[in-house]
Amino acid sequence: MQLDPVITPEGDWRPASDIAQAVAAKKISALAVTEAALARIAQHNPLLNAFTDVTAERARATAKALDAAIAAGQSVGPLAGVPFAVKNLFDVTGLPTRAGSRINRDRSTSTRDATLVERMEAAGAILVGALNMGEYAYDFTGENIHDGPSRNPHDVTRMTGGSSGGSGGAVGGSLVPLALGSDTNGSIRVPSSFCGIFGLKPTYGRLSRARSFPFVASFDHLGPFARSVEDLALSYDAMQGPDAEDAACSTRAIEPVTALLGQDIGSLRIAAAGGYFRKNLFPEAQEAVARVTKALGVTRDIELPEVARARSAAYVISTVEGASLHLDRLRTRPNDFDPAVRDRLLAGAMVPAPLVDRAQKFRRWYRAKVLELFKDVDVIIAPATPCIAPKLGQATFVLDGVELPVRANIGIHTQPISFIGLPVVAVPVPLDPMPIGVQIIAAPWREDIALRVAYALERAGVVAAPRAKGF
Amino acid sequence: MAEPLDDYIDAVAGALGLPIEDAWKPSVRANLAVTLKMAKMVDEFSLPDETEPASIYAA
Repeated sequence: MQLDPVITPEGDWRPASDIAQAVAAKKISALAVTEAALARIAQHNPLLNAFTDVTAERARATAKALDAAIAAGQSVGPLAGVPFAVKNLFDVTGLPTRAGSRINRDRSTSTRDATLVERMEAAGAILVGALNMGEYAYDFTGENIHDGPSRNPHDVTRMTGGSSGGSGGAVGGSLVPLALGSDTNGSIRVPSSFCGIFGLKPTYGRLSRARSFPFVASFDHLGPFARSVEDLALSYDAMQGPDAEDAACSTRAIEPVTALLGQDIGSLRIAAAGGYFRKNLFPEAQEAVARVTKALGVTRDIELPEVARARSAAYVISTVEGASLHLDRLRTRPNDFDPAVRDRLLAGAMVPAPLVDRAQKFRRWYRAKVLELFKDVDVIIAPATPCIAPKLGQATFVLDGVELPVRANIGIHTQPISFIGLPVVAVPVPLDPMPIGVQIIAAPWREDIALRVAYALERAGVVAAPRAKGF
Repeated sequence: MAEPLDDYIDAVAGALGLPIEDAWKPSVRANLAVTLKMAKMVDEFSLPDETEPASIYAA
C-alpha cells in the first residue's frame, strides 16, 4: 500500500488530521501506518535512542482492531491510526513504569494504561512505544546514565533537552508525529526548544496525571509534543476532561480548541516579558524572541514581579518534594540512582521545613501578582531556553564572559512559569543549523489563546518544525 | 578542614536514616549550599502574616 496519504514526498509525517481522514476513508489501513512508524523507529532509533520500549505487538493489534471497526462501518476518532509514543513515566499495560530509573524496573508491570494513553487511544491513536527520559524527571538534558542519552535529530552530538528527551527526539526526528511528556519545571518546553518542535504545557490541573510516575506534585503537568499546532491541539482536545483519579485534575468541562485555531488574533494584547527574561540569553535566543515579537507586532515589554525569587522558590519546592517522594529509595537503594540525581535529592531532604513553607507562601503571592498582569495583556512572549541545544556531556557555557553550569541554567526561563501553572505553547523558530523555542504564555485555562497565537505564527511561516536532515 | 555544612548533613542524615558515603558528601554539600542560597532568597522576601501557602485547597 502506498504511504502517500500519510507521508510527504520529503519523507515527513502529514498532519494527524490528514492521517486520520485517510485511515477513516480506507485510503490506507491503520496497520500500514503503524508499520511505517515501526519501520522508522527500527531504522533511526539505534542512533537517536529515543525509545526504551517498542510496543510493536500491541500496536499491530490495536491497528487491526481499528481497521476492523472501520470495515464494519463504525465511526472512529479524530486521531484514527495516528502513531504516538509516551515518556516512560506513563503507565503502559505490561511494562514496568521505569521513569528513567534503574530502580523502577523492579516494579511489577502496569495492569492499566495511564489515563492520557487511554484517551489518546479512545480517539483512535496507536501507541507504539515508551520513550527515554532523564532519571525520575529531575533533568533538563535528556541524558540518562542507565539507558544512554537521547540524541538530538538536528545534531546527534547535541542534547535533546529534558527531561522528556525521548519525546523531543522521537517527534523531532519524525519517528512518530505525536508524543506525550511531562513538564515540572520545563521538561516539555526545553526539549521542544532544542529539538525544534511544538510542545504544550497546559494549565496545572487541566490534563489528568493518573497512572503516571510523579516527581513534584505541586508542579507536575503532562502534555503533548507535535510537528504542527493543529496536531498539538487535536491531541490536547482528545486528552481533556475531569478525572477523579488525579487529585489535582480540574472538574472543568472540556473546552475544545482545535476549531478555534484560525480565529483572528488582532484583538489580543501581546507583550514580551522584560527584565529577567531579556537577560542570560545567547544571540540565538534573542533572535528567536525578536522574530516572534516582530511578527506579532509586539511593541512593549511587561515585567513579571520577583521572577528570580520565583525561580528560586520553584527550585526549593522541587528538590524537597522530590526528596520526599524518593526518601525510601534513598535509604535502601542509594547506589542504584544516577549519582548526580541522588546527591541533589539527598540535599533536598535536608532543607528546613519552614523554608519550604515560605516558598509555598511566596508562590501564592507571586501567582496573585502575575494574574494581575493578565488584566492588561492576553499573551506574554518569553524565551524557552537561553541557548540552542548544548553538546552532550557539556558541563558549562560562557555567556557574557561568565562561565555558567549548563544543567542549572537551561530551565531559568521555564521554571518561573510552571511554578504557577500557566499554560504555555513552546513554538520552534527554525534557525539554521539548530532550532530554538519561544514560550507563548497565557492566563490560566486559556490554552486556546496561546494555541491561536502559535497557529498564526505558524501560518505566517515564522515558526515551524524543521525536518531533521537524515531522518 | 571540616566544611561548615558537614555537621548539619551528618545530623540530618542520622535523623532521617539516610546513608551518605564520604565520597558523596562533597556533591551533597555543594547541592545543599545552592539550595539553601535559593531558599534564603525566598526567606528574605517579607510577606504578610495572613499569606496562605499555595497548597491550601477547598474542602
